[in-house]
Amino acid sequence: MDYSRYVNPQIAAVPKSGIRKFFDIVQTMPGAISLGVGEPDFVTPYHIRNAAIESLLDGETQYTSNAGKISLRREIALYLQERYALTYDPGSEVLVTVGASEGIDLALRALLSPGDEVLVPEPSYVSYRPGVVFAGGVPVPIKTEECRNFVLTPEELAAAITPRTKAIILPYPNNPTGAIITREELQKLRDVIVAHDLIVISDEIYSELCYAPEGHVSIAALPEMRQRTIYLNGFSKAFAMTGWRVGYLCAPAALMDVMVKIHQYTIMCASTQGQVAAEEALHQGREDGYADVLAMRQSYDHRRRLMFNAFCGMGLSCFEPLGAFYVFPSIKATGLTSEAFCERLLKEKEVACVPGTAFGACGEGHIRCCYATALDKLDVALARIGDFVQHL
Amino acid sequence: MQNQQVELLQLLQQDCRMPLEKIAVMLGLPLEQVGQMIDSMEKHGIILRYSPVINWDKTDRERVEAMIEVRVTPQRGEGFDAIAKRIYRFDEVKTVYLMSGAYDLLLLVEAHSLKELGYFVSTKLSVLETVTGTATHFVLKRYKSDGIIFEDESGDKRLAVNP
Repeated sequence: MDYSRYVNPQIAAVPKSGIRKFFDIVQTMPGAISLGVGEPDFVTPYHIRNAAIESLLDGETQYTSNAGKISLRREIALYLQERYALTYDPGSEVLVTVGASEGIDLALRALLSPGDEVLVPEPSYVSYRPGVVFAGGVPVPIKTEECRNFVLTPEELAAAITPRTKAIILPYPNNPTGAIITREELQKLRDVIVAHDLIVISDEIYSELCYAPEGHVSIAALPEMRQRTIYLNGFSKAFAMTGWRVGYLCAPAALMDVMVKIHQYTIMCASTQGQVAAEEALHQGREDGYADVLAMRQSYDHRRRLMFNAFCGMGLSCFEPLGAFYVFPSIKATGLTSEAFCERLLKEKEVACVPGTAFGACGEGHIRCCYATALDKLDVALARIGDFVQHL
Repeated sequence: MQNQQVELLQLLQQDCRMPLEKIAVMLGLPLEQVGQMIDSMEKHGIILRYSPVINWDKTDRERVEAMIEVRVTPQRGEGFDAIAKRIYRFDEVKTVYLMSGAYDLLLLVEAHSLKELGYFVSTKLSVLETVTGTATHFVLKRYKSDGIIFEDESGDKRLAVNP
């Protein structure tokens, strides 16, 4: 049967995630070390897991309200206030989603009419562009430059805006570059965003993994921005809770109504135990000063320095990442393309990385390496990469 | 204590054989400064020594461990310190804590055999003049010690490439 005539051609035309490219090969190599992961190497802290177990034993196996347990939404509102000076009403402006990924999808579907353009600074996470296409919109990539710390400039932003531009996705701290954005840089972008009346979809899933002393700043905390920002965050990265699939989305009530409508009909609610676990994470965090998060961040920070230093030592030009848990070195000096580099590195040295091109065409000449990997493995992987580069 | 010092101690506690160069990179500090910090902490008795964590159960060495609760009469002017000192000087005694609650001192004692341990309690510990009572609990299995799980089977469960 020829299914191609049934399948939506627009969806069929979207390529599969470039991150998964080498997955099948890696699986056949027992000695391979993967720096291709996009999740913490910590297991969810025990007290969080235990809260979910208790909830199951108590028989808490029903749906929650569509927007999520109100007790969790209250915790989220308190957390955002305390950590990022953001004020959201838990009753009408917070929605618990199935990971921040669902949040991206909801935001785009709620906003876009066919042909609407969404600006996507790149290199950035693989889901944005397909998400825009699935929602009927047109993704417009904006290349960010390494020499400007991979931060979008107001000029680059203004140049990409057309009468069809409806929104911009703001991906900081950034996966894959590890770039962060400062308050001053955000303020400059804000002027353009307000002048052109755009909505910002701010993906701040890595906000807790910011290694700059001044910490993370949310664009929604800037004057005039709360009303035009859809704020996305979740528990996966900060609390090592990827498999729980719990994220959240905050926005002014009128926008939220639309997103809740989609969520209500498609998802109903995020998993109950995931929500219980998330509530425990935030509740205890408030009590103990987010000790879990701080300990994990410190450990990532040590490994961040180690990996950055190792790439610099190999003679590769490397941007110093100050967020997330990736290093995005340039491999241009080797003369190989990103894809060829990754393929040969895997076959010859059994180390898996992700080609920069998985995150947009402008990622060519780079590879993404995740340092959320056990120290002993990291040492071996970096030695192997060094050896590989030296003998090219 | 400075944050950096705590971070350094935590790294050493995880692996005290980690090369200083690597520690310096991970903490973002000059190598020389890390060396000085360690020297200073050794000098001030913050770092006492560098010893491995051993799972003796995996060796063929015969060994018995017991936790012993000890009730004592504190001495005028000395409190518990003098009697604690008399007890911790025995080689069999590996750990001594002064406790709040139903007893005063908690000892972790190690011997080659049950007989040897019994001999220690009956002829050396109980007979000390200020010791008024003991209760010996034999250790059957050590699951976790100093934050280290002895038979940890967790490991990396992540897919090699994701998401």
